[in-house]
Amino acid sequence: MNGEYAIDVHGLSKSFGHKRVVNGLSLRVEKGEIYGFLGPNGSGKTTSIRMLCGLLTPDEGSGTCLGFDVRSQSAEIKKQVGYMTQRFSFYEDLSIRENLDFVARLYAMPNRKQTVQAGMEDLGLADRADQLAGTLSGGWKQRLALAACMLHRPRLLLLDEPTAGVDPKARRDFWDEIHRLAGQGISVLVSTHYMDEAARCHRLAYIAYGNLLASGSPEALIAQSGLASFDVKDDDPALAERLRKLPGVQQVVAMGNLYSVSGRDGALIEQGLASLPGLRFERAETGLEQVFIQLMENVQDAPP
Amino acid sequence: MKFPLAWNRLWAIVLKEFVQMRRDRITFAMMVGIPVMQLILFGFAINTDPKRLPTVVFDASPSAYTRSLVASLENSGYYDVLPPPETVAEAREAMAIGEVQFIVSIPPDFSRQLVRGEKPALLLEADASDPAATGNAISALANLNQSALQHDLKGPLARLGTAPPPFEIRIQRNYNPEGITQYNIVPGLMGTILTMTMIMMTGMAMTRELERGTLENLLAFPVHPLEVMIGKILPYIIVGYIQVTVILVAAYFLFDVPIAGSLPLLLACVLVFLAANLTVGMMFSTIAKSQLQAMQMTFFFFLPSMLLSGFMFPFRGMPHWAQIIGEGLPLTHFLRIVRGIMLKGNGWAETWPNVWPLLVFMGVVMLIGFKRYRKTLD
Ligand SMILES: Nc1ncnc2c1ncn2[C@@H]1O[C@H](COP(=O)(O)OP(=O)(O)OP(=O)(O)O)[C@@H](O)[C@H]1O
Ligand SMILES: [Mg+2]
Repeated sequence: MNGEYAIDVHGLSKSFGHKRVVNGLSLRVEKGEIYGFLGPNGSGKTTSIRMLCGLLTPDEGSGTCLGFDVRSQSAEIKKQVGYMTQRFSFYEDLSIRENLDFVARLYAMPNRKQTVQAGMEDLGLADRADQLAGTLSGGWKQRLALAACMLHRPRLLLLDEPTAGVDPKARRDFWDEIHRLAGQGISVLVSTHYMDEAARCHRLAYIAYGNLLASGSPEALIAQSGLASFDVKDDDPALAERLRKLPGVQQVVAMGNLYSVSGRDGALIEQGLASLPGLRFERAETGLEQVFIQLMENVQDAPP
Repeated sequence: MKFPLAWNRLWAIVLKEFVQMRRDRITFAMMVGIPVMQLILFGFAINTDPKRLPTVVFDASPSAYTRSLVASLENSGYYDVLPPPETVAEAREAMAIGEVQFIVSIPPDFSRQLVRGEKPALLLEADASDPAATGNAISALANLNQSALQHDLKGPLARLGTAPPPFEIRIQRNYNPEGITQYNIVPGLMGTILTMTMIMMTGMAMTRELERGTLENLLAFPVHPLEVMIGKILPYIIVGYIQVTVILVAAYFLFDVPIAGSLPLLLACVLVFLAANLTVGMMFSTIAKSQLQAMQMTFFFFLPSMLLSGFMFPFRGMPHWAQIIGEGLPLTHFLRIVRGIMLKGNGWAETWPNVWPLLVFMGVVMLIGFKRYRKTLD
C-alpha cells in the first residue's frame, strides 16, 4: 500500500492550547499526482502541511509520507521532501546564490555549483544571483524559495501558497514546471487561494475550521455541488440587488459586463430570470469558486 | 542518534554563519571593539596610580624620627596624613567605609629600638580591596624606608642610615589577602569580555533564526541538531580567538603584563573556556523566544560571573555561599587559569584542577541545550 501513495495519512489532529486547528484529517495523494489544498484563511492548511513534513507532531492520527512514518521517521522524510514555507524563510542577508549554495550543501548535492546554477536558470534568477535575498521583491523571493525546494530533486513537493504574489507569466511557467515534474512521477501537494490553479490540479481537498469538507477532482467537486449557473449579460449596477432577491439564487457575482448567478435549483432560477423583462441570460458552467463559496457558507451556517 | 554527523552539513552551517557575520558589520565591529574599548578604559582612563590617599598615623612613640617619617610619607605624594581618630578601631571603621586607605601604627618603643639599631617594625594596614589603588603607595613606602631617616640619623647613628634599612615595615593588606597587583586586571578582563560576547553572540545566533522565521526552513532541512549547534559554535570560537589575540597583544605591549607561563597552554585553556561559554549561549538560545530575551539572559549570567568569580572582589574575601556559587561559574576557573599561567607561570599540573571543572560544566550545559533544542515548531 505504501508503494502507491506519496501521502497516506488518516485522522491527523492538532490543537494549539484549547483550539483544535486540524481535526481528523485524512489524505491520500497518489504518486505523480498534483493535489490541491484549499480552504479559507486560518483553516489549518499550513498546520497540516507542517505535520506532514515533521515540523509539527500530530496530537492524534498516523500515516506515511513517501512510505516513511510521519511520527518516527521525519529525518528520512526531510531528505526526500521539498517544503516551501508560506512565509519567506530564507536568509535575507545572504545572496540568492549563497542561499541556494547553503541548501545544496545541506542536501549534500553532487556537482553543487552546476546544480545551483541550473536551479537559478530554471527560475530566471541567474541575473540576480548576487543580489541579497532581503532586497528582492516579493515575487522574486517566492521564486528563490521555489528554486530552493526543488534543488535536491525531491520525490514529494509540499508547497504552501507557492505563487502568492507571483506575476501571471511566472505563475504559468511555474505550473508548467509542476506538471512536467508530475509527469516524471513527482508528487505535489500545493495549497492555494487561486481558482485557476485549483483547476490545474488533478485532485483537490477543501478544508474549513480544520475539517475536510470535500475532496475529489475539480469536475467531480463541481458535479457534487449540484450548482447551476447563469450568465446575465447586463452591467446595470442596480440589477445586482434585484437578482439576489430572486427565488433560488444563492450567489451573484459581478464580473465586468456580466453577472454570474448561481444556486442549487437551476429551474427555479431560470424561471425567476425569465420573469425579469428584457434580461439576456444563458446557462453557464459552474466554476470552482462558486463551489467553494457555497461550501464555506454552508459551514458558516452550521459551525462545527 | 539515527544518523551520524555529516561534515558537509556542519560545514554548510559554519560557512553560512561566517557570511552572515561578515554582512553584520556592526556586530562584528562590536566584537573587536569591546575588548579594545575595555582595555583602554581599564588600562589608561582609569588611574592606576592615584596619589594623596587618606592615611592616619597612630604614633605611640613620638620623636623627631617619627615626625620625619610622617613628613616623608606626605612628601612621597602618595599619602595624605589626616588627623587620627581616638582609637585604631575607629580608624578601621573608617577604612571599612572607604574613608581611610591606610593606617600606620608606630609601636611604643619604636624610636628607642631604632636608635639602638634593633630594627623595629611599624605596621601599615592597607585597604587593598582595590589593589591598583594601593599598590604604588605601598612600593613607595619601601623606598622611604631607606631614605626617610637619612637626614636624622647623624653622627654615631649614621651607620643605621645605610643598607640594610634601619627599620622594618610590616604590611597588612586588609580585605585582599592575595595582595593582587594591577596585572590582574588585564587577564581578568580577558575572561569577562569573552564571557559576555561569546554567550551573547551564540544566544542571539539561534534566536535570530526563530525571530526572522528562518527556523521553519532550517528545521525542514535534513540537518541534525548537533550539526546546527556545533556549526553555530565554531565560527565564534574563531571570533573569540581574535579577541584573545587583541587582549594579549595589548596586555603585553601596552601594559607590560608578563606572560610567565606557556602561551600554547594558555591558548588551549582559552579554547575550553570559549567552548564552555558558547554552550551556555546555545543553551540560552533554546530557551529564549527573542534576541532581546537572549540578551537579558546573558546579563543574568554575566553579572554573577563578574561579581562572584574573583574578578571584581577577591574570591577568598567572599562569604562561603558566594564562593560555592562562584565555583560553579566558568569564569572563576578561567581567571585562576589565566592568572596562574600569565603571572605565576603555572604549568599543566597546576592548571588541570581548574580545567576539568570547565569540561564538566560544558558537558552538563551541552546536554541540557541538546535536550531542549527545537526539533519541531510545536
Ligand atoms: N503556533 C501556533 N500557535 C497557536 N495557534 C496557531 C499556531 N499556528 C497556527 N495557529 C492557528 O491555527 C489556525 C490555522 O492556521 P494555519 O496557518 O494552519 O491556517 P492556513 O489554512 O494556513 O491559513 P492561511 O490561508 O491564512 O495561510 C489559525 O487559527 C492559527 O491562528
Ligand atoms: Mg497558511
